[in-house]
This record gives sequence, structure tokens and C-alpha cells, in this order.
Amino acid sequence: MLRRAIENLGNRTIQGVWRMGFATRFFLAVLLHSGTAFRRFGLTIREMYFSGVLSLIIILVSGLFVGMVLGLQGYETLQTYGSEEALGILVALSLVRELGPVVAALLFASRAGSAITAEIGLMKATEQLSAMEMMAVDPIARVVAPRFWAGVFSMPLLAALFSAMGVFGGYLVGVQLIGVDEGSFWSQMQSAVDFEQDILNGVIKSVVFGVAITAIALFEGYDAPPTAEGVSGATTRTVVTSSLAVLALDFVLTAFMFRGLN
Amino acid sequence: MNKTVLDLWVGIFVVAGIAALLFLALKVGSMNTVNTSDSYTVLARFENIGGLKVRAPVKSAGVVVGRVSDIRFDNERYEAAVTLRLDKRYAFPKDSSAAILTSGLLGEQYVGLSAGGDSVKLKQGDRILITQDAVVLENLIGQFLYGKAQEGAPQ
Repeated sequence: MLRRAIENLGNRTIQGVWRMGFATRFFLAVLLHSGTAFRRFGLTIREMYFSGVLSLIIILVSGLFVGMVLGLQGYETLQTYGSEEALGILVALSLVRELGPVVAALLFASRAGSAITAEIGLMKATEQLSAMEMMAVDPIARVVAPRFWAGVFSMPLLAALFSAMGVFGGYLVGVQLIGVDEGSFWSQMQSAVDFEQDILNGVIKSVVFGVAITAIALFEGYDAPPTAEGVSGATTRTVVTSSLAVLALDFVLTAFMFRGLN
Repeated sequence: MNKTVLDLWVGIFVVAGIAALLFLALKVGSMNTVNTSDSYTVLARFENIGGLKVRAPVKSAGVVVGRVSDIRFDNERYEAAVTLRLDKRYAFPKDSSAAILTSGLLGEQYVGLSAGGDSVKLKQGDRILITQDAVVLENLIGQFLYGKAQEGAPQ
């Protein structure tokens, strides 16, 4: 009984380490075979359409609503201290530093990451990847690398669009609906938001999230058991793992970026 | 899908993304941070800087003319050594004075520069000699209470 339990534990450890090594080798192979993604840039552009352009609607609409809710909630709280004019700072800083990169990354993981996993998992299940290998076409160079770079390029653009829409939403609710003074809304925001410290760090965050999400999604798809069940399980794992990875990475990055600020 | 339509959409996406970044950089944040090339630094010593922080504005007549670039503790004089990075467009007389002020009652602290009357201007690396420390609210309240108590004391 005890022996079985320990054997089980050992087995799981070995499998876990093996999987981690496989993921690392896979990631390195993607980076090594990235040449095709740039030489035949049309492939990457095609994937940018599927992961970037098709995510636009959900990103823009959620950004707008997140900004509008921030405007309402922020006003309610700031009003009690008589500093409604600081609403611009609150909306812009929370969006540019945290909400923009993180929420856009979570949406990207569920909208585009799951699609990437399902697509590659199905390609594997229907033996399209093996067929490519038979024709001496490297599936990692032809299928995986363009999707990887498309995700890495799309993510910062989507995060910037999310933040910009959010600021616009906060402006709509704060200035147009509630009636915070427009001049102080923008000027206080501009004096508080720093280009390097806030905006550039937000962009760096979103690039890191883009790498993490697409790498996880591609790996899960490539590693999925070639069955209907296997693909569905891999899709679920993509969303869960990449969301958790985004949140954990966000904490680490924030600790490095903003700890020494004051 | 047609390849040109696809290219068009991705192009629109990239342009929109870059436009959003520009909007964030120019409208939300201010790009006009004073950079090293067109600025000069001067030093000011204070006995107490209160809650002054690096990157706090330096204002003269209410206009931002620079930023606090560094705050150190001078272990020989037991004073705070504050480095101010001022915009090159603004030159101040050598006998200008620096004070640590607070915007509003609870606002952030900044350095206020008042121009003196000297004809020689401050240069890179100069030191501002006349400084005024931050007002510590506790001391002020203490003085006020002490004064009140003396007022009310029987003669």
C-alpha cells in the first residue's frame, strides 16, 4: 500500500520533470526555427489576423467597460475625500500599470490561446503534422513559429488598445456623465503618469505575457493526446495554466518594476 | 479569406495599436520629461526634507522648471543633500533660495525656487545656499498648543 503510494509519487515526479524538459526543448526549437516566420512574413501576418484582429472586439469592448466602471467606482471613493479631480490619475495609472496588460492578457489567453491549442491539437490528431514531416516540411517552422511570433507582436498592441479604450471610458463617465472638470482630469493625469516608469513598464509586461501565453498554448496543443478528449483537455489546460502564469508573472514583474520607485 | 483583405485588416490592427500607444504616451502621460541633454543639476542641503521624494517637481512661481533627481543623506553634516535637475531654458541667479513646500494641505511636496538678485547665474554643479526646510505638522501643532497653554495660564 505504502509502496504503491511512493511509486505513484515517483512516477508523477519523473513525468513532471520530463514534461518540463520537453516544454523547454520545444520552446528552444520554436526560437531556433523562427527564421521561416520572418522570411515568409505572410504566414505570421495570417496568424496575426486570427489571434490579433479577431480579438479586437472583445478587447475594445472590455477595455471601454472596465474604464467606465473605474470611473464610477473611483469617483464614489475619491468624492469622500473631496479629490474628484484625481480621477484621471486613478483611471490612467491603474489601467496603464496593471489592468491593461493583465486583463488584456487574460482575455487573449481565453480568446486566442485556446484557439491556438485546439487548432494545433486537431492538426496533430488528424495527423497533418506527421504528413508535413513526411513531406520534409518542419511543422515547428511552418506551423508553430509563425503563431508564436504573431502572439508576441499582437499582445502589446492589444494591451495598449485596452488601456487607451479604458482611459476613454473613464473620461466618458467621469467628465461627460458625472461632470469632473475636464482640464484637471487630463492635466493631473499627465503630471502623474510617467512615460518610462508607467507606460513602458506596462508594454514590457504585455510582451512578457504574450510570450508566456502563446508558448503555453502552442506547447499544450503540440503535446495534446491525439483524441477528441485529449484536445478538449489541452484547451482547458491552456486557459487555466496561462491565466495563472500571467497572474504569477505579473506579481514578479510588478515587484521588480515598482518596488524601488519611491 | 482573400490575402489582400487579410493584410489590410492586420495593417489596420497594427496602426490602431501604435496609435493607442502614442495616445498613451502623449495624452495620458507627458513625454516632456526633462532629459539629461538640455538640463543642469544644482545641489541644495536641507536639515529636514519631510516627505520629499525623487521625481518630485521643482517649481518657480508655480511653474514646473525641473525635477528632484536624487536625495542623499550627507553623513558629515547630518543633512539631506537634494540634487535638483533644472531645465536649461531657465537660468536662476546664484543667490536664489529653495524651500520645500506642500501643494494644498495634504498634497505632495515639491521644491519651490525663489529667484534672488545676483547677476551671476547658477551653473551645473552649483549649490543653493539659502534653503528652507519642510514644515513638520507635528512641530507646528506642538508650538500652537504651547502658545495656547501660555495664553490661558493665570498671570
